[in-house]
Amino acid sequence: MTLQTAPRAGVHPSVPEVVNDFSITVGTINGTGSQTSNLTLLRALFRMGIPVSGKNIFPSNIQGLPTWYTIRVNKDGFVARRETHEIVVAMNPATVHEDMEKVVPGGVFLYADHLRPQGLREDVIAYTMPVNRLARESGAPPRLRDYVANMVYVGVLAWVLGIDMEALHAALAYHFRGKAKALELNYKVVVDAYQWAEEHLEKRDPYRVAPMEATRGLILADGNTAAALGALFGGVQFVSWYPITPSTDLAETLERYLRRYRVREDGKHTFAVIQAEDELAAINMAIGAGWAGLRAMTATSGPGLSLMTEAIGLAYYAEVPVVVWDVQRVGPSTGLPTRTQQGDILFAHFASHGDTEHILLFPADANEAFEFGWRAFDIAERLQTIVFVMSDLDLGMNHWMARPFAYPDQPMDRGKVLWEEDLERWEQERGVPWGRYLDVDGDGIPYRTVMGNRRPGAAYFTRGTGHDEYARYSEDPEVWHRMVHRIKKKYRLGRKYLPRPVADATGAEVGIIAYGTTNQAIPEARHFLEQRGIATDYMRVRALPFHEEVGDFLARHRVVYVVEANRDGQMAMLLRMAYPRWADRVRSVARTDGLPLTAAFIADGIAGQEG
Amino acid sequence: MPKTNAIGLTKADYKGAPSTLCQGCGHNSILSQIIAALFEMSVRPEDVVKFSGIGCSSKAPTYMLSRSFGFNGLHGRMPPLATGALVADITVKGIGMSGDGDTASIGMGHFKHVLRRNLPLVYIVANNGVYGLTKGQFAPTAEKGLTLKHHGQNPYMPIDVCLEALAGGATFVARSFAGDPKQLKALIKAAFHHNGLAVIDVVSPCVTFNNDPSARFSYGWARDHEAPLHTLDFIPPEEEIWLDRPLEPGERRPIRLHDGSVIVLEQVREDYDPTDRFAAMRAIEESYKREVLLTGLLYIETPDTAPVVRENLFEILNLPEDKPLNRMQEPELRPPRDALEEINREMFVA
Repeated sequence: MTLQTAPRAGVHPSVPEVVNDFSITVGTINGTGSQTSNLTLLRALFRMGIPVSGKNIFPSNIQGLPTWYTIRVNKDGFVARRETHEIVVAMNPATVHEDMEKVVPGGVFLYADHLRPQGLREDVIAYTMPVNRLARESGAPPRLRDYVANMVYVGVLAWVLGIDMEALHAALAYHFRGKAKALELNYKVVVDAYQWAEEHLEKRDPYRVAPMEATRGLILADGNTAAALGALFGGVQFVSWYPITPSTDLAETLERYLRRYRVREDGKHTFAVIQAEDELAAINMAIGAGWAGLRAMTATSGPGLSLMTEAIGLAYYAEVPVVVWDVQRVGPSTGLPTRTQQGDILFAHFASHGDTEHILLFPADANEAFEFGWRAFDIAERLQTIVFVMSDLDLGMNHWMARPFAYPDQPMDRGKVLWEEDLERWEQERGVPWGRYLDVDGDGIPYRTVMGNRRPGAAYFTRGTGHDEYARYSEDPEVWHRMVHRIKKKYRLGRKYLPRPVADATGAEVGIIAYGTTNQAIPEARHFLEQRGIATDYMRVRALPFHEEVGDFLARHRVVYVVEANRDGQMAMLLRMAYPRWADRVRSVARTDGLPLTAAFIADGIAGQEG
Repeated sequence: MPKTNAIGLTKADYKGAPSTLCQGCGHNSILSQIIAALFEMSVRPEDVVKFSGIGCSSKAPTYMLSRSFGFNGLHGRMPPLATGALVADITVKGIGMSGDGDTASIGMGHFKHVLRRNLPLVYIVANNGVYGLTKGQFAPTAEKGLTLKHHGQNPYMPIDVCLEALAGGATFVARSFAGDPKQLKALIKAAFHHNGLAVIDVVSPCVTFNNDPSARFSYGWARDHEAPLHTLDFIPPEEEIWLDRPLEPGERRPIRLHDGSVIVLEQVREDYDPTDRFAAMRAIEESYKREVLLTGLLYIETPDTAPVVRENLFEILNLPEDKPLNRMQEPELRPPRDALEEINREMFVA
């Protein structure tokens, strides 16, 4: 069925139209299937060619607590979270008044009629929806009525905003692929709601959407899926994990794809996925596998990372390649399990007792989650160490616009691994017996054999206790000193294998440094700052330890604002430590409340300090 | 000329670094029996890998099999470490050395879960009821009432490693005594051929901190109170024998393992059936009442003794048998370009 979707007249002439520039927030009850409706709206707008983002603000709960979903529509491609909500849909009796308060003056408040909000605001345009009646009349069996009820607001919003019905149908068809009946039922509710709105509502608000070409060729993907796919194309062989929000579906998605693409014709698997008994087991299994020559990883979040720290030190000191995805949530402690933060930076960088300094990668979007998904294995195996990929809940669990994933542009780098014949050659060429921790190349990276190498002399004994170049137990002070400094050298010289920072610099005095998902709000924040007369350069850090460009960036700017989603400005601290000479130039713009940073917060933070 | 085995190796080829354990430590006897068992079975040391956690027990793997790979990991974490590693090459046989604290205290969770997964691994618990490296604290396996020099009397009930293993669904559970080398060696051989996790809890006295003859984990008590269930002989697969009729008390009972090797049990306790999990648990409970150290093969599950034999972890994971995972390279590991194109097409495209 195709419906007329041309914009309707009726807006008050003194209010200019607002096209493709607003946020829609839907307040629903967790566990009622509203995610399907919200994703349908998001996908339909995206299909119309309009830049969008979708942020799910959900509770740590299976069913019953309030949950919100915000879609930002922005013609300029600024899709970071905003503080303002132009259009609010209320479906939850527990939050209906709170939700009404969220609406900006002049905005739209769309509510289910059975909620009967008291004291409708005069300064918003309110529309009501007969949600239960339309759900009942849809013909849906009683057990599905709560679910299809959420399709009512999709249909009414389609009428209010002029969302293309074909795009909505395509979005629903994608969601219910292979389930024709579900598609038919849900689409019928959308259409019924649209027609009801057309017959009963009078459009009085200024908001509408119009088709664009800005998303052509792009896809919508969440970061956990992107990360899982990256690992798949990185040739991952071993995954051990323990369920923890928000990393759980990274491991689950990865296993699904492995079962599809990495089962041989004889039915045998070229991978192993083990749901471990806890994070201690998960990391120790991954270390065992990495030691034995597999591309091994685990995925976790803050509390799991806390449990893993002893093993992280083992991987560092015994020099075992392993990849850890930290999909960060709000800590400390159990914190806010379903909210986002960049709070594990310092902890992950220095995890373990003793002297350590780990490699961290910071994917900023779904494409980088994919890229770092495969690249992390190359880095871990090349440098024979643990590599952390610092995602977060915002990236991991929300949908992001992305380019189609690009096939790895480099062959897999397995690093300095010696199999039987390699070892033979190695010893002949060098005329010395091989030793596990001998630095023969001067880059701090020794050669390793792996379990299963049957050549006599290939075996060695790995330990977390003191050991010399031949992996022999040692408590000799000189040996300890030498070994830990050789490892340090490996990290110093190994920076060249890490993704370099990305800069957009045109010689401004003021610099901005950000990393990870905070990047999403930076272009808009810079736009706001420019409007206020503050020109900025921008550098996005993509790895720790820092490349020299980061120091150069500090050197070239009067002041550098470090933007991040944590309380204490963790990256700012690291910059001051790494570059004491420029420490007084480093200013922190940091906040943590569980939500992604907004451009307004960043711009205000910088403008405020600029005076 | 030193004696050589079928693959031309001498016992010296199975040795490790010189032991730094105490003179007379039971763990040294365990190492000797592992070495003797592998030498006699002509196992190539290169086909074995050693794992351990932390503690005196876990230092021990250094002192054997220096031609084998080994990984001395973290306290209590030997089982997951071994799990990850052994998946990489299922043709390598794993030996895990752990202790009472490593297994029954800090690593209890992993112990129970590696049992669930039935990882093919010889899991030896060198059990002396006391912490040695930290100098004489009670281990979780120490008997109630044990008196130690610096800690007085143990007020808590002990954890029995074999009972935990049985309750955890282990497919091979044995208890032995470091002072009974013949039995221990036979059990190690049998464990080595078991197609799953094989737990051997070995009373391995600590001569420094817990060897008073009144203590259950002392040489004196164990020697005086050892009650073997049977005498054991291990017959490798190539010397196949088989016998299939009801046993008379005192008769020799053969138990065939999946690879055709056979354990021959000469019953001491005529009523003991090592294929009955409940009988094993009852016998252990009774051994406490009788104040004896019950040793021998407490329980085994083989294709001949169980209606449904538990899959081991490698079977559960469906791993290839023709090529170890860790020898696979890019063509086998990175899906082709068209796979990614297919995935991209399946994403929601604008």
